[in-house]
Amino acid sequence: MTNILVYALHYEGAFNKNSLGAVSEAARLAAEIGGEAHALVLGSKAELTDELCGTLGTYGATTVHRAEGPEGLSQPVVDAMAKVISDGGHGYALFGGGLLGFEIGAGLVARLDAGVTMEVTAVNARDGKLVAERPILQDSSISDVEYRSSVGVIIGRLNAFEIVERGSGAAAVVDVDYELSEWSTKATMVQRGEQRGADVNIEDADILIAGGRGLGKAEGFEALEALAGSLGGAVAATRAVVDAGWYSYSAQIGQTGKTVAPKLYLAAGISGAIQHKVGMQSSENIVAINKDSNAPIFEFSDLGIVGDLNKIVPKLTEAVKAKKGS
Amino acid sequence: MKICVLVKEVPDAAVEKRIDPSTGRMDRSGEKNLNPFDTHAIEAAMQLKEGGELEVDEVVAVTMGPDSALRALHKAVSLGADRSVHLSDEALAGSDVNGTGYALAQALATEAPDLVLLGQQSDDGECYTIGAVVADHLRAPSLTQVIKIDVEDGRLRCERQAEYGYDTVLVELPAVISVGDAINEPRYPSLKAIMGAKKKPLAKVAAGDVGIAPDRVGYDNARAHCGAFHDPPAKSAGQIIEDEDTNETVEKIVAWLDERKLI
Ligand SMILES: Cc1cc2nc3c(=O)[nH]c(=O)nc-3n(C[C@H](O)[C@H](O)[C@H](O)COP(=O)(O)OP(=O)(O)OC[C@H]3O[C@@H](n4cnc5c(N)ncnc54)[C@H](O)[C@@H]3O)c2cc1C
Repeated sequence: MTNILVYALHYEGAFNKNSLGAVSEAARLAAEIGGEAHALVLGSKAELTDELCGTLGTYGATTVHRAEGPEGLSQPVVDAMAKVISDGGHGYALFGGGLLGFEIGAGLVARLDAGVTMEVTAVNARDGKLVAERPILQDSSISDVEYRSSVGVIIGRLNAFEIVERGSGAAAVVDVDYELSEWSTKATMVQRGEQRGADVNIEDADILIAGGRGLGKAEGFEALEALAGSLGGAVAATRAVVDAGWYSYSAQIGQTGKTVAPKLYLAAGISGAIQHKVGMQSSENIVAINKDSNAPIFEFSDLGIVGDLNKIVPKLTEAVKAKKGS
Repeated sequence: MKICVLVKEVPDAAVEKRIDPSTGRMDRSGEKNLNPFDTHAIEAAMQLKEGGELEVDEVVAVTMGPDSALRALHKAVSLGADRSVHLSDEALAGSDVNGTGYALAQALATEAPDLVLLGQQSDDGECYTIGAVVADHLRAPSLTQVIKIDVEDGRLRCERQAEYGYDTVLVELPAVISVGDAINEPRYPSLKAIMGAKKKPLAKVAAGDVGIAPDRVGYDNARAHCGAFHDPPAKSAGQIIEDEDTNETVEKIVAWLDERKLI
């Protein structure tokens, strides 16, 4: 019997969607290898109530291990998961996409001498073991990764695992008796989840005009706003430009931003990094404007325009307006 | 105090990367360069040193890799590192994340740095976990994807973007921090620095010199084994327009959008 332990990230009273996907996936896989899916949550007991933790049963977790500790940092979770895995003999640790899961998974690699695969897009059961599919080389090839360690760490790509209500009823909740390692107490959260820039709503838009570093400067977004206005859409952004302070975090698409699937996603001056792609690849129509014909974004766009956005975007706005006026 | 910066040589961005079908490993031949993300880590180290709030005595570039990795160290030194350490051993070839993180931690432990900095990811491996693996081995606090570091009473006040927005975290030293590319604009090395790079001290160390257990590293001891390679599901190639006459290009885009009822 091989059990799977999933880390369920929690923030302001709700579990992360990618964590729920990971719990669902663990339940599916555990059934195939003859084990159970367990979840680990960490935070304050006041917030992580029996009732909230129990809801993970809906997605197939049979037991929820609840640890008290500081939220939002990886190393306390490494301590708690390592303890639960050592006591319970879990064969795998599974994480949904995001950021914290990468750090926690990596910590477990060192702590438990475990093998790790990251950016996993699918997991298969084979002869009672799990094999992870890991896209490599800008997604041009997929490698099947097998584990040769007593614990295998599987870190999913954003949105890789579907949320499925596989369970029946609430999960049992047990408190974890663990100790923080000394170094886990040496990082302290000062502020979590700060929103930078105006709060914009992009999730309901049918049309998104997204801009990246190729815009050159913050003012570059003005042309995109005009284009979005002409098409009746909203403006989105990459992490590069949000980190630079050019645009709002609430408009960011990708691994540590939002996931969208509009009817049209027009990307201007965006290279198409994996961490951006994972947040928009399900869009119905993807159009890219990039001056570099080798930009990865052209690998997954339906219409690619190789050219200078400064020349193309203003003219496109005029042409759309003219078309609408006709 | 001492800052170690982890650096890596990666295939030049212009070189097409591929898997060698005979070995199942990445073909790392061809033009190589210092991982562009690592230049931000070196710059961060230099700014901490020059900022003067921490008394930084030296910045040491550390790499693990074959002989050719020397060039990445020379580049790192030309960008400001005072000396470098080259961990190189046949036994390390083909190590996975587990083995690489362990080996680097062993090399770092002999240096006993107060701070380890590295880039947010490597250009070729598309993995951003090494820092956190190294940190746990070194029993040090760690944070990845950091885009701002301020010194506050001998501790580092770090900002980074995580799942729900920007987090600010206070980290005590010694620590391991990976930095994002938004943290700074790396300087260009001066001609003098480039010329002088080869004269700066460089220590070449073998696995045994830093106490690396042979059964924890190398291809045969990988805890995660890359087996079969296969193609992703085929996606029909999109249409490409080269912009020559922008009026014409725009006309084509509008027609394309109109066909799909997007206007
Ligand atoms: C853990 C982690 C999480 C991350 N999370 C996210 C995330 O949530 N969202 C996200 O977006 N990224 C994320 N990233 C960052 C991601 O890896 C990329 O660095 C980022 O998406 C790049 O943004 P960009 O395309 O704007 O910039 P670049 O990669 O610099 O691309 C700019 C593009 O503009 C083109 N260009 C330049 N000038 C012009 C012009 N005049 N006309 C036309 N084209 C031009 C260039 O050819 C280039 O392709 C994350 C990274 C990590 C490691």
